[in-house]
Amino acid sequence: MIHSLFLVNPSGDIFLEKHWKSVVSRSVCDYFLEAREKALDPEDVPPVISTPHHYLISIYRDKLFFLSVIQTEVPPLFVIEFLHRVAEMIQDYFGECSETVIKDNVVMVYELLEEMLDNGFPLATESNVLKEMIRPPTILRSVVNTLTGSSNVGDKLPTGQLSTIPWRRAGVKYTNNEAYFDVVEEIDAILDRTGTTVFAEIQGVVEACVKLSGMPDLTLSFMNPRLLDDVSFHPCVRYKRWESERVLSFIPPDGNFTLMTYHVNAQNLVAIPVYVKHSINFFESGSGGRLDLTVGPKQTMGKTVEGVLVTVHMPKTVLSVSLNATQGSYTYDNATKVLVWDIGKLNPQKLPNLRGSLSLQTGAPKPEENPSLNIDLKIQQLAISGLKVNRLDMFGEKYKPFKGVKYITKAGKFQVRM
Amino acid sequence: MTPMQKLLQLPVNAMNMVKTAQDQMGLQDEAKSPVMSPDGGNHNWYNGEPNDPRHARFGSGGGGGDQEQEERAHLEEGGGGGSGLTSLVTQPLRHDDLKEMLDSNKDSLKLEAMKRIVAMIARGKNASDLFPAVVKNVACKNIEVKKLVYVYLVRYAEEQQDLALLSISTFQRGLKDPNQLIRASALRVLSSIRVTIIVPIMMLAIKEAASDMSPYVRKTAAHAIPKLYSLDPDQKDCLIEVIEKLLADKTTLVAGSVVMAFEEVCPERIDLIHKNYRKLCNLLIDVEEWGQVVIINMLTRYARTQFLNPNMNESLLEEGGGEKAFYGSDGDDDEEEDKDEKDKKKAEAPSVVKRKPYVMDPDHRLLLRNTKPLLQSRNAAVVMAVAQLYFHLAPKAEVGVIAKALVRLMRSHSEVQYVVLQNVATMSIKRRGMFEPYLKSFYIRSTDPTQIKVLKLEVLTNLANETNISTILREFQTYIKSMDKDFVAATIQAIGRCATNIGEVRDTCLNGLVQLLSNRDELVVAESVVVIKKLLQMQPEQHSDIIKHMAKLTDNIQVPMARASILWLIGEYCEHVPKIAPDVLRKMAKTFTNEEDIVKLQIINLAAKLYLTNSKQTKLLTQYVLNLAKYDQNYDIRDRARFIRQLIVPTDKSGALSKYAKKLFLALKPAPVLESPFKDRDHFQLGSLSHLLNAKAGGYQELPDWPEAAPDPSVRNVEVKESVPEWTKCSSREKRKEKKVEKPFYSDSEGESGPTESADSASDTASDSESGSEESGSGSESEESDQQSESGSEEDEEEEERKKKKEKIKAKKPVPESDSEQSSEEEGKKTESKNKPRRGGSDTESGEDKDSETESSESEEEESEEESEEETKKKKKATVSKPPSKPPKIDNKKEKKEMSLLDLDDFDPAPSLSQVTPLNNFLSSSLVTDLEGLSLTDNVLSPTTITPSGNLKTYELLHRITGEGLSVEYCFSRQPFSPDPHMVAVQIQFTNSAASEAKNLHIEDAKLQSGMRMKEFPEIETLPAGETVSVVMGIDFCDSTQAANFQLCTHTRKFFVSIQPPVGELMMPIFMTENEFKKEQGQLMGMNEITEKVTLGEKCHGEHAVIQRVTTAANLSRVPCGSDKECRFAGKTVTSGSLVLVSVVTKDNGAAQVTVNCEKMVIGTMLVKDILQTLTQ
Repeated sequence: MIHSLFLVNPSGDIFLEKHWKSVVSRSVCDYFLEAREKALDPEDVPPVISTPHHYLISIYRDKLFFLSVIQTEVPPLFVIEFLHRVAEMIQDYFGECSETVIKDNVVMVYELLEEMLDNGFPLATESNVLKEMIRPPTILRSVVNTLTGSSNVGDKLPTGQLSTIPWRRAGVKYTNNEAYFDVVEEIDAILDRTGTTVFAEIQGVVEACVKLSGMPDLTLSFMNPRLLDDVSFHPCVRYKRWESERVLSFIPPDGNFTLMTYHVNAQNLVAIPVYVKHSINFFESGSGGRLDLTVGPKQTMGKTVEGVLVTVHMPKTVLSVSLNATQGSYTYDNATKVLVWDIGKLNPQKLPNLRGSLSLQTGAPKPEENPSLNIDLKIQQLAISGLKVNRLDMFGEKYKPFKGVKYITKAGKFQVRM
Repeated sequence: MTPMQKLLQLPVNAMNMVKTAQDQMGLQDEAKSPVMSPDGGNHNWYNGEPNDPRHARFGSGGGGGDQEQEERAHLEEGGGGGSGLTSLVTQPLRHDDLKEMLDSNKDSLKLEAMKRIVAMIARGKNASDLFPAVVKNVACKNIEVKKLVYVYLVRYAEEQQDLALLSISTFQRGLKDPNQLIRASALRVLSSIRVTIIVPIMMLAIKEAASDMSPYVRKTAAHAIPKLYSLDPDQKDCLIEVIEKLLADKTTLVAGSVVMAFEEVCPERIDLIHKNYRKLCNLLIDVEEWGQVVIINMLTRYARTQFLNPNMNESLLEEGGGEKAFYGSDGDDDEEEDKDEKDKKKAEAPSVVKRKPYVMDPDHRLLLRNTKPLLQSRNAAVVMAVAQLYFHLAPKAEVGVIAKALVRLMRSHSEVQYVVLQNVATMSIKRRGMFEPYLKSFYIRSTDPTQIKVLKLEVLTNLANETNISTILREFQTYIKSMDKDFVAATIQAIGRCATNIGEVRDTCLNGLVQLLSNRDELVVAESVVVIKKLLQMQPEQHSDIIKHMAKLTDNIQVPMARASILWLIGEYCEHVPKIAPDVLRKMAKTFTNEEDIVKLQIINLAAKLYLTNSKQTKLLTQYVLNLAKYDQNYDIRDRARFIRQLIVPTDKSGALSKYAKKLFLALKPAPVLESPFKDRDHFQLGSLSHLLNAKAGGYQELPDWPEAAPDPSVRNVEVKESVPEWTKCSSREKRKEKKVEKPFYSDSEGESGPTESADSASDTASDSESGSEESGSGSESEESDQQSESGSEEDEEEEERKKKKEKIKAKKPVPESDSEQSSEEEGKKTESKNKPRRGGSDTESGEDKDSETESSESEEEESEEESEEETKKKKKATVSKPPSKPPKIDNKKEKKEMSLLDLDDFDPAPSLSQVTPLNNFLSSSLVTDLEGLSLTDNVLSPTTITPSGNLKTYELLHRITGEGLSVEYCFSRQPFSPDPHMVAVQIQFTNSAASEAKNLHIEDAKLQSGMRMKEFPEIETLPAGETVSVVMGIDFCDSTQAANFQLCTHTRKFFVSIQPPVGELMMPIFMTENEFKKEQGQLMGMNEITEKVTLGEKCHGEHAVIQRVTTAANLSRVPCGSDKECRFAGKTVTSGSLVLVSVVTKDNGAAQVTVNCEKMVIGTMLVKDILQTLTQ
């Protein structure tokens, strides 16, 4: 299936290679680098490239390209999904996924890759299983290892690998037993220039951090599960139980994991927490223009909107901006033509405003198109869909865990067309 | 100096250098220094690029070795952790040092050396000359060193075959290790060493590992199969044997890997799958996600060879009408034709449907049902695999479910979006309706990458129809203003396609595009011109003003393609613009020499056309242009000019062709069809690489066409050992243990169904058992079901038992069973209370009796599950409310505690119930049942119990001989069962033909599928010899024909018996008027309606006979009907109360048509079969 993996940095250097079958020369990456050259943006490199003898499937993540070499038919999503798992695994082990971190831990990364695939077919991708085979680095452990000569590699088959619940390792012990759930909802919306909603939907995710001893069996129920339109689950969730009773019943993995993602059935009745008054004009003469932006709260359910950040991709001909913000600060990157206005907390009494003039490249024609605004925001203690966790019950263990639920609403792909 | 010291002097030296370098450069804080954390420090030697000034420095310092003494002193302090060895990498001597480290007897040194070697491999540096030194360490005790050596070996073994052989014996030893991880990794490495000479050894190892105790080792064996195959394809036959063996493996761990091996080695051997098909379907939900993808893809192919096309009838229509209407509506006249065609097709439709009634193979249904939950997977590949399975295999009406899941994937990473959109684009052509509700999810954001934008545009275009085109066009208008010019061009093309496909908006689109002609961006204008040209070709006469407008553009537009398009248009339609055309030519002639080649060719073209139509005005111009072209640099243009001159200018030498010049140049050209590049891509399996590339990738397995006639479905039946004596076959305890470990989480590990009467019900059982066990798995006692996988009633019992325990032994808290250890303990406690023989029996059953169990399972419908669960709850409440007054009595019974508890609880409120049953029923049941009861009044009032009336069929439960004198028969009395209206009443008649009396006749140990319940008859204390006694018991079959298995016990013996209801007994009659019947029937159309034609049997003519036969076959009541040609019957299922409507229409010649409308399709299908059978006899 997956023949080889190359990690390529943004400047086109291959800094790690791993082969699971016979060795494929790294010159195969030239086809990819060629396509990389052609694309204006790294995101525009086609994920699948066909070469005379191989197929290259790549993902772009954390400023790195994960490039896999395929020789025969295989579902492309299979490979893409796996590559993302590799990236997540590196993130999970070393705290971040970057070239430096990978280079610093190259042997461990290599060992992990060796465990993850056998002959190109995934063998162990559950983080719990991997962590038992190859223990993640901690300062304490590395000191102990240097002193005692013991290693980071487990010599027993992880119990998870054999069990029907590979996501959980056996013998978990905590002194403080706690289970936290974050309900994070993102509003995806497109508003047109008049402020009417073209398209809006709410996507949610329940992130969990469960640190419970033994083999707890949890049941999480919602007050209003009918809101959930489409869901996808971590493999630990018993689907049948959800189908029949609309409760999440699961034996959780140890540590952090994404319990479920969901889509809210709101038929466009999504509360839009902010509005933007905007005007952008370019003078006919073509030498400049004016920009005036005001952001205000709309349907916030009585909560404060925080972390408001407005990003504007300006037309190519905008050379510089000279603006005045009543709140927050703005930056303009002339290379990427991106204007970022960091507002922070929205004060309903005094609406933040950004206005001023734009100067254009001399001689260039007046830009025809208006840029669009991307808005970022955060509302604490609110799930915009109104979803509420009803209760969390634990079976299977005797102790009383500490439980907590937190709600956050964020802007997802929230765009205002100007 | 010891060798080790010598060896280490360099590292220490280097380390010093690192330190100094760091101090000097102040780059890194001390915490990250290599001494503090070797892991963190690795980058130092990793980064050993020669261009790094730091490394260059200590490179030279180390090489010089001028500070030997001092370094040795450092050695004692610094220990062996010389991560600063970076220098070695850049040194010529480096490998010698590594070799020495590898030869040392300190593991830490070896580890350090191996780490560095592996880092070299990771960077793609050649480390092959270290092979001899590394291979010596293959037997190293340190597991990490060993692993790294393995990594090295696998990488270089192919290059150094002879040396690699040295390691083989170590692996052979490893294969026998008691630690399964070592066995597995030995096999992994051994099979990865690509050395032909060891093929026989590998083969042997794989064979052995395939029957290893540990499923993990077996999984590794499955992985090794394709490795060996790629090394030596001659081993195929042997490997297929191993694959066959592993395919039969019942663990989820192995399933994915072996199917992957199957796909790589012998994808054509579809016959190997037959026997494992149901098992794979049932295991699927528990297989790890990667395995799921492979299995689902394989099963898609399998299903295409084994089942019939569920859209058989629709596809006929589609090919004729649906498709064409979409693409064929190019011209207005075309459209009308199409409508006619469609009408015709519509008229034909019903007849087509009637001609070939399609009944889905239950195995086909099983696959669809078991894959559906996986649409909720977090893994995009799994979701895509299920989506493609549904697209290729599901009936049209059901495909829609995948849309939501696919739309969800669009939120994922952009690569995932890219692949998903490609597939959605293909699907949206075939099944537009599916994605229409999600239209807005495909709206484009300015931040999307261009390739995603273009794909979304493609989908939007495919989804466009008359109703949504206005919204889509409004959306397109925003896109045209985008800064991304490639995207704008794609949008213009999309508008063009919408205009061609949807006649209503053609003018609007054209106007919009014409407005774009005044856009400032040249690319936009050019693209518009090209698209307008295509659109105008469809109806040029109405748009001469647009052509005129475009003619004016020639002054401004510089993009060659656009200029060429305009010229072509003017030439082609010069008759519509007779005045302008010559003028344009005049202008062009002026600039001819400066034009691009493509424009020049069109100028010549234009000149030729004008010459033919309007030679008076343009003769000279044409001559001039042709003369210019004659001396052009491009030979194409020179050739073209010469050719055209010969054709159009009449000379005495001109050939025969010149008279046809007009026909040649001014022939009517068909309008181009603008169609999606994704059209017909679905002949590739969706989700595959080949589909994405639109070209066959290596190793792609074609998706076969549906077979004309379904191959024999019985090949998938699995023979099962007889269920009854199973428990005596109890094998060793270990075996059982291992099985327990392997038992899957959510699904039934053994999906094979029992030896079943027909293919139909065979797979029903399989599928049912799946849902049954899944349900049990999802309960809080999931782990318990691992231990004792009887579901359903068992579970209920246990729950109840727990309740009891709570009450009785308050001190002892209920122990939840989620931990397998605990649950097994509890299991132990439970079984302790039973006496010994029983214990053995029940234990083995949980282990091995699965096969028979699958037979007795509950209905597949969730509703009924829910309902039954609810009922269980109710029951529990009832149980709780009653004072537990009887415990002492229970304890007397050693046989089975919980069973007797249940007995008492359940039967206390209704003492001596069997006899009174019908009476009770009279009081309690609804009017409907009352009416039914009336007809049987005689029986009810009879002094003993209901004697089976003439048309009730009796079945044998226990034969006289096997029962040692006790014979038991049962029949379905068709009485409502008063204690629980959701149960089917079964009347059981015991006859004691033995010499001695039988005592304590009772039921024990019911093995029911989850959801099924049963109420035993009260114990019969004695049955004297020669006597007969009848009792009534109730069974809730959950609207399925799964058998209820239980033990019939006397004071001396136990007999395994089972009651399997014919489908007709699962319902009870209800009264209905003709109008009600028609109304209800109207609501149960489509999939809920099954129609079959039948030729009535000889004895079956006449209304009376038909009624009699149907009511015998099924417990239904007749519905009055005006016509004597039609008989109608109505009933509802006992458990869920779903309506069952049957109508039989007889025709003159003895033919008849049976229609069954039932919400539960399985019941409907089976009922139709039964009725057909009874009518044809």
